[in-house]
Amino acid sequence: MGDQLMNWILAVIQTVLFVALSPLLAGWLKCCKCRLQNRKSPSLFQPYKDLIKLTKKQPVVAAQASWLFTISPYIIFSATVLAATVVPLVAVDLPTSASADVIVMVGFFAFARFFLALAGLDIGTAFGGMGSSREMTISSLAEPAMLMAIFTLTMTASTTNLSVAIGHVVNDGLVLRPSFVFALFALILVAIAETGRVPVDNPATHLELTMIHEAMILEYSGRHLALIEWASQLKLMLYGVLIANIFFPWGIAESFTAPALAYGLLAITGKLALLGLLLALSETLLAKMRLFRVQEYLGFAYLLGLLGMLSHIILEAAR
Amino acid sequence: MILIFAYGAVLLSFASGLLALMMNQRQLLLELSRYWFKKFPDTHARYQRLLDAGLKERRYFHALRLAVFVLLGLSGIFAFLAGLSVLIGKEAVSDQIGLGLPWLPWHVRFDGLSGFFYLIIGIAVSAVSLYGPGYVHGYQENRHPFAVLGLFTGLFVSGMLLVLLADDAFFFMIAWELMSVASYFLVAFQHENPANRRAAFLYLLMAEVGALAIILGFGVLASFADGFTFDALRAAKLSPVWASIAFALALLGFGMKAGIFPIHVWLPEAHPVAPSHISALMSGVMLKVALYGLIRFCYDLIGAPQWQWGVVLLIVGTLSALGGILYAMMQTNLKRLLAYSSVENIGIMVMVLGLSMIFMDTGHPQLAALGLLASLFHAFNHALFKNLLFLGAGIIQHQTHELNIELMGGLIRRMPHTSKLFLIGCMSIASLPLFNGFVSEWLAFQTALQVDVLDNGVLRSLIPVAAAALALTAALAAACFVKVFGLMFLGRSRSRHSDKAHEVKDKGMLAGPSLLAGLCFLIGIFPGLIISLLNRVAGQLLGQALPNDAALGWLWLAPVSSEQASYAPPLVLIAALIAGCISFWYLRRSPATVMRRAEPWDCGFGGLTPRMQYSGNAFTMPLRRIFAKAWIVDEQIEKDMQGALNQDVGAIRYQLQIQDHSWPRLYQPIAQGVNKSAKQIGRIQTGNIRVYLGYSFVTLIFMLWVIS
Repeated sequence: MGDQLMNWILAVIQTVLFVALSPLLAGWLKCCKCRLQNRKSPSLFQPYKDLIKLTKKQPVVAAQASWLFTISPYIIFSATVLAATVVPLVAVDLPTSASADVIVMVGFFAFARFFLALAGLDIGTAFGGMGSSREMTISSLAEPAMLMAIFTLTMTASTTNLSVAIGHVVNDGLVLRPSFVFALFALILVAIAETGRVPVDNPATHLELTMIHEAMILEYSGRHLALIEWASQLKLMLYGVLIANIFFPWGIAESFTAPALAYGLLAITGKLALLGLLLALSETLLAKMRLFRVQEYLGFAYLLGLLGMLSHIILEAAR
Repeated sequence: MILIFAYGAVLLSFASGLLALMMNQRQLLLELSRYWFKKFPDTHARYQRLLDAGLKERRYFHALRLAVFVLLGLSGIFAFLAGLSVLIGKEAVSDQIGLGLPWLPWHVRFDGLSGFFYLIIGIAVSAVSLYGPGYVHGYQENRHPFAVLGLFTGLFVSGMLLVLLADDAFFFMIAWELMSVASYFLVAFQHENPANRRAAFLYLLMAEVGALAIILGFGVLASFADGFTFDALRAAKLSPVWASIAFALALLGFGMKAGIFPIHVWLPEAHPVAPSHISALMSGVMLKVALYGLIRFCYDLIGAPQWQWGVVLLIVGTLSALGGILYAMMQTNLKRLLAYSSVENIGIMVMVLGLSMIFMDTGHPQLAALGLLASLFHAFNHALFKNLLFLGAGIIQHQTHELNIELMGGLIRRMPHTSKLFLIGCMSIASLPLFNGFVSEWLAFQTALQVDVLDNGVLRSLIPVAAAALALTAALAAACFVKVFGLMFLGRSRSRHSDKAHEVKDKGMLAGPSLLAGLCFLIGIFPGLIISLLNRVAGQLLGQALPNDAALGWLWLAPVSSEQASYAPPLVLIAALIAGCISFWYLRRSPATVMRRAEPWDCGFGGLTPRMQYSGNAFTMPLRRIFAKAWIVDEQIEKDMQGALNQDVGAIRYQLQIQDHSWPRLYQPIAQGVNKSAKQIGRIQTGNIRVYLGYSFVTLIFMLWVIS
């Protein structure tokens, strides 16, 4: 019983860590990008300052906004936090990951997106509708691609429980699986599309013709905006952790002792920092693509995911 | 006891139909009562006054309508109780009724599978009977007589209930036809509109073709058995080829009723024209009865499903699911959209059923049970949320006299209760966690992910593709219902009708959908309630249930093993509430940050109008472009130029027509072929008596030759 309680406390701490560290990743990304583009970078903690500033401001809401508009940020944030409880950050085998598996995690993302898109349509401006329409289009292509990539993992480990699956990958040691290579690339492509990063969407612009995510949240301000921003930072970190811990899980704590946990934290910090650097690099090198090229991009991701799955079935699961 | 409930449900729905006929008999009743009281004048003076008051014109109609729906509701409750008691009792009960021909009594058998569908019908009919009185109140008695509506509703419901009871082929077909024909009259109810008559005729035609295929299917089975009772059919030993032929006929017949792609075309025509509570019953329940027929036929009567059939179902189901949702997305008529979305959901059920057959035949009965369970659970969930959405659509039509979602908007402020109920329906159908649609989809994924146990390489690579298609379907469904809810309830109203709409006054019209919405949420949080019942159905039908009942407790859902996959919706709900409350409380605590209302940002031009909002066609435009091949799109833009150099655009006319591929590809060739062959046959009809005599002579000679 005492052990059980300890595990739950650890799970809560891990979730809090997830939520608390996500702005740091966004700050790190911004720093890297500025350095690469020969600009002077803001402080690493700028996202925290922004969030605090926003929560202190008085939110202004459009006159015709309904209750759905004001409640959506809370729903979006909560759903993203719930998704974070499922993903093992520092340690595997925490009890929260048993209460919901990876399909449920994708479901939480869908939940958040559903309300984000509805909120975009609520005010009745053209921008909101445009953002919602594009977001739903992209996500309806990205979600299956993501599931394909994840299914490759779940079929290898024959479980949809993320924690168990990652444990399986760790224990198998370094095995080269062609399916994982495909799945990794598919998941990276999806992560870029879903978190609204450069070749698909540009988080730094408010140029009306290209906006996707920003167009939906144009009407938000104050604490509502803070919650949505935080949720999207959390989502970015979630995808980063997913990629890092599924495909390069080494270092993750398998027992709940202090050194193992500290080592796990250190490992994931290092992995995320590296991923952030790579993302900044790709954002600097690539240009944003036209909206109607996105389906080719995501179709490619979907195909990679499918190839991963097929190569798992044909090559690896030999019986 | 169980059968008393079941019979009671049938009889009550029948009685409600007959009672509706009294609508036209007020005069008769009036005279009858006068006669009666004249004969026995002083004894019942009090009753006389009561009866006279009751027979006053407006009172009478109102009371009668109410009585009809009360009977229907009681029938629903009885059906629910019957289903529940047979599922808990675990025993199948059988009986014979001495109706019909003297040497062919009707055989009745009520087992877990029937009981489960009784449960579905019970819930749906109860909700509809709460909703009905308010909805039909708007019909003018001389144009749309309630007697017709009530009679055929009663017959329709009793037909569906009888189909589930039937234990011989004759009784089954009689009940099936009762259901089909009664629902034809319901579709044709508002027959003053030519489009409605056309839709109804198409429906009847396809229902009868389907029935023909089912009869042939039974015929194939019966030719290997002695008799038409299901017991005899079960005992029949078929060669694999004949079994496959029987399966194909059953798939055609039941598939036509269920609306499997590409034989779904009656669905989007018939559902929008029927009264809303009827389309709710048709879409929510009747399609499930067809699914019941398919399951009964394949698993029970033929006995051992072959994996090839599973592959057929898998492919057909995947096509229906994808096609259904892609077509649904492009519709502007709300009820048509919902009808296409039914095609999608039936597709998901059929697909998972196919998986179950594949696992069954390859010797994994536990996984087969999981697949069957997922399919039946999705049927249950679909009945709940599709009923809810159709009833919601009925409320909206009732209040705005409009079904075109392009002409709505802003209803969330004018119809607060309806909008909440509709939102729950949308969230369930978009399979978001915490709601019931998600659980069945989760189970479907879990079934598909067990593909590793199969040996056949083709199957091993086919099933993941189907899973991928399922994922795409789910994501598209979410996009589709964001569009539906966003355009109808959010933003600003796009027409006068929706601007003037207000919430329904009738309590019952909200109570029916509320019941369904509550169940959607309850089942989403505690899926174990239904799944443990379903496990018994699987146990009876396949002889194999899911392994550990403990893993299917009320808290956890772990269909295969808790190591492999688990989902605990109550815990998720608690966590969601905690996260939501903390953020809510933390951010709201400072009084300096009270929300302020202001005009929305309009880029500094001033004056946002409702016409500047995104329309439904605009919303789906990116998807229309990406999946362009899925439809026949006819898009026309005309520009009127004006100005000095004819360079300014004065006005733009935009036309968009989207058509189903199956019409020109499949149905028109068939129709043309029928016409052509009719013309060919017409040639021998010369109209000359001598030629006809010649035909008779030749036939006679031929027959003599055959006989001798």
